Amino acid sequence: MNLWLIPFFPLLGFLLNGLFGKRLPRAAINAIGVGSVALSFVYVVFVLSKLYPLHPAYSEHYFTWIQSGFLHIGFDLFVDRLTAVMLLVVTGIGLLIHIYAVGYMAHEGGYYRFFSYFNLFVFFMLILVLASNLLVMFVGWEGVGLCSYLLIGFYFLEGFAGNAANKAFIVNRIGDFGFSLGIFLTVLVFKTLDFGKLATAVSGMPVEASAGALTAITLLLFVGAIGKSAQFPLYVWLPDAMAGPTPVSALIHAATMVTAGVYMVTRVSFLYNHAPLAMSIVAFIGLFTAVLAATIGITQNDIKRVFAYSTVSQLGYMFLGLGVGAYSAGIFHLMTHAFFKALLFLGAGSVIHGLSGEQDLRHMGGLWKRMPVTFITLGVASLAISGFPGFSGFFSKDAILSAAYAHTPWMFWVGSITAGMTAFYVFRAYFLAFFGSYRGHHHAHESPPVMTIPLIVLAAFSLLGGLINVPHWLSPAFPLAEHENVTAMAISVTCGILGIALAAYLYVIRPALAESLKTSAGSLYTLVANKYYVDELYSGLIVRPLETISRSVLWRGVDEALIDNSFVDGLFGRTIRNWGALLRHLQSGSVRNYATWVLAGALLMIFIFSFSGGGR
Amino acid sequence: MPQIPAVPLSWYLLLSAVLFALGVAGFLYRKSIITVFISIELMLNAVNLSFVAFSYHLHRIDGHIFSFFVMVVAAAEAAVGFAIILTIFKNRRTLQIDEIDSMKL
Amino acid sequence: MDTVLFIVFAVIAVVCAFNVVLQKHPIASALSLIGVMGSLAVLYLLLGAEFIAMTQIIVYSGAVMVLFVLVIMLLNAGAEKPSGKSWFAQIAGLPLLLGFVGLMGFLIRGSVVPWTGAVRFGSWAGGTAQNIGRLLFTQYLLPFEVVSILILIAILGAVVLGQRELD
Repeated sequence: MNLWLIPFFPLLGFLLNGLFGKRLPRAAINAIGVGSVALSFVYVVFVLSKLYPLHPAYSEHYFTWIQSGFLHIGFDLFVDRLTAVMLLVVTGIGLLIHIYAVGYMAHEGGYYRFFSYFNLFVFFMLILVLASNLLVMFVGWEGVGLCSYLLIGFYFLEGFAGNAANKAFIVNRIGDFGFSLGIFLTVLVFKTLDFGKLATAVSGMPVEASAGALTAITLLLFVGAIGKSAQFPLYVWLPDAMAGPTPVSALIHAATMVTAGVYMVTRVSFLYNHAPLAMSIVAFIGLFTAVLAATIGITQNDIKRVFAYSTVSQLGYMFLGLGVGAYSAGIFHLMTHAFFKALLFLGAGSVIHGLSGEQDLRHMGGLWKRMPVTFITLGVASLAISGFPGFSGFFSKDAILSAAYAHTPWMFWVGSITAGMTAFYVFRAYFLAFFGSYRGHHHAHESPPVMTIPLIVLAAFSLLGGLINVPHWLSPAFPLAEHENVTAMAISVTCGILGIALAAYLYVIRPALAESLKTSAGSLYTLVANKYYVDELYSGLIVRPLETISRSVLWRGVDEALIDNSFVDGLFGRTIRNWGALLRHLQSGSVRNYATWVLAGALLMIFIFSFSGGGR
Repeated sequence: MPQIPAVPLSWYLLLSAVLFALGVAGFLYRKSIITVFISIELMLNAVNLSFVAFSYHLHRIDGHIFSFFVMVVAAAEAAVGFAIILTIFKNRRTLQIDEIDSMKL
Repeated sequence: MDTVLFIVFAVIAVVCAFNVVLQKHPIASALSLIGVMGSLAVLYLLLGAEFIAMTQIIVYSGAVMVLFVLVIMLLNAGAEKPSGKSWFAQIAGLPLLLGFVGLMGFLIRGSVVPWTGAVRFGSWAGGTAQNIGRLLFTQYLLPFEVVSILILIAILGAVVLGQRELD
């Protein structure tokens, strides 16, 4: 079936735009950038329709990558039902966002650079998704991290973008370190990295009652997921990542890359199933992140940051779903979230584009008249993320919360309240932007069709995406658990609607009340608005001490005192320097002297060779 | 007519060694770049003689192919080498090899 | 007859080679080199290498040496002047060379090549143009093609270097 063609098209697009983009006209860059992803999408649809039932999985072996002792790692790609969902999400939503970016980036410099990075990202994401062993997946994993870095720092002339890119990269290194340790431990325990062989090997092992090798592997892999999917405590990079262009935030930091952790955990779910302790930790961290990010989201004033925290929060939901064993619900939410969160970001981008770069909610308002398409589509997305009945988010969030209820009831209650908070802050941003009176001073205008059409398509998916029954499609791999719970559904929906109503009351009907509430909450508000001072905490606990130690001990002490003074300037260094000064005369610049040395060397070699019996 | 003993193969090899040594001597003791270049050609020719002699001994013509390739490479080398010599002469107005010693510390 | 031919042309080759080294003027060295090449061509013939002998005369003594003479004329290269530099080469060169010839002689004496095995003209004539052509276009096709690319690169390099202006 030539699965390699799927990632090949974006790679080709990257090479063409990256190497020749500077000399190409914009139309050609657009055609290459968008066309490569479109080809990839069409080919994915073709492949999936050919392989239709996709049960069992279909795999292709290309070449042996590493052959070392017992370890045999091939460069293999494979497709099963889980991969199929991810492939469609990555190429489908990727295509829409590429089209949107044509409009959004129209006035930006470095146009070809943007599209070549974008295509490179899609390439690595597809490698990650198609990988049939952990190491190939790690290649894609690191590759998307690199592209994320390049794209966050796209406006590299502005200091904050460079800093945000560095932050994302460094924080991800911590996660990736855990991930690579997990891979090493997997090799040590199982002697293979292939998903199929791992599943077979694990099925013969007992479920670990207490912590053991499997728990260690799964937790280390989860550290990787924490980094990539922005979970507590490594979520701090994601809000700052909004320094990149908005299509980047939509594609990488909302719809696809950040879900890589969710995908990875689901891919090795057979390991997690045998490590209940690790699963509890996954669920707990997911839930905690969901609550934490939701509270921060309430207080943010930058429209993209609100949505960034909501991404962190929704990813927490997905991990909650995985942690309670509802893998298919987690993937379901991953897909619907990709629809409505991409839409939220693209809508926000449309607002920002229309206001010539204004991102502060306090300088918006009353935009519904001037941007009707953005207004309606963003409304659909907000309803979807709030879990309003009938919208896509309703189905997936309900699946997760029902599973949580069946597993641990208190997690369900916390999750429902978080759903209420989610609805509140998303609609807060929505009302602040589109209702009331206009508080800014730019001339607002609706975006061109190349931007609004992807919005409309995504809105359709946000509305109807819940009807795609992902849990049923995944049921061969992840059996459906029958815990449809009408009461739980009703409670979470009520929480969502209450959140919307509260936001409407505070920001549309009685706008003054919100301000007075803010002042009366006082120090609590300051704490949350400053993101619980987590960044400052990390800076004080980790970054500053490291800097101090590097400066005082490693630089002044080790480098200057020890290495410079006692080695470089000491007896050792001086001896070497004197010998060097002596030997320097060998390099006289005279060709004839060099030739004499060559002759002497050749003579010596012939001598040794012939008298050591080498000639016979 | 008295029977003169035929020449043994090793004489050819000795001749080759002597010619090669003379080439090296030219390289080491001559001071003009062009003569140094001529000495290199002499060395290449000496090696060719060895190839052909061994080829005769083994009754295989692979040695001939090698010496053919040596000639081809020598021709290419002469072209590039003279281009370099011309450039050096244009830039520094000298052909004395000892004058060209700026590649040093 | 073989012996006479060998001795005559070997002596010519060695004398010419000495002349290459000893002459002070490049043009004399170049003309002496033609003598070496010509006598080597006769020795190739004795060894049954017809094709190589012809190539030697046409390519080497013909084309390459014409290039040498042309460049000497072009640059108006005069006689050498003692430089006093490269003292290491002056001192160490001769002993090393004598050591080289001695070692080679010793190795050739003790090697697998028979000291007495005679070379007779016409006893083996494998080096015809036909044989070489066949081998060149079958077994050695890839090196042959690579060499043609090498020549192309050499031509380009010569053109680029020759174009460079005095700066």
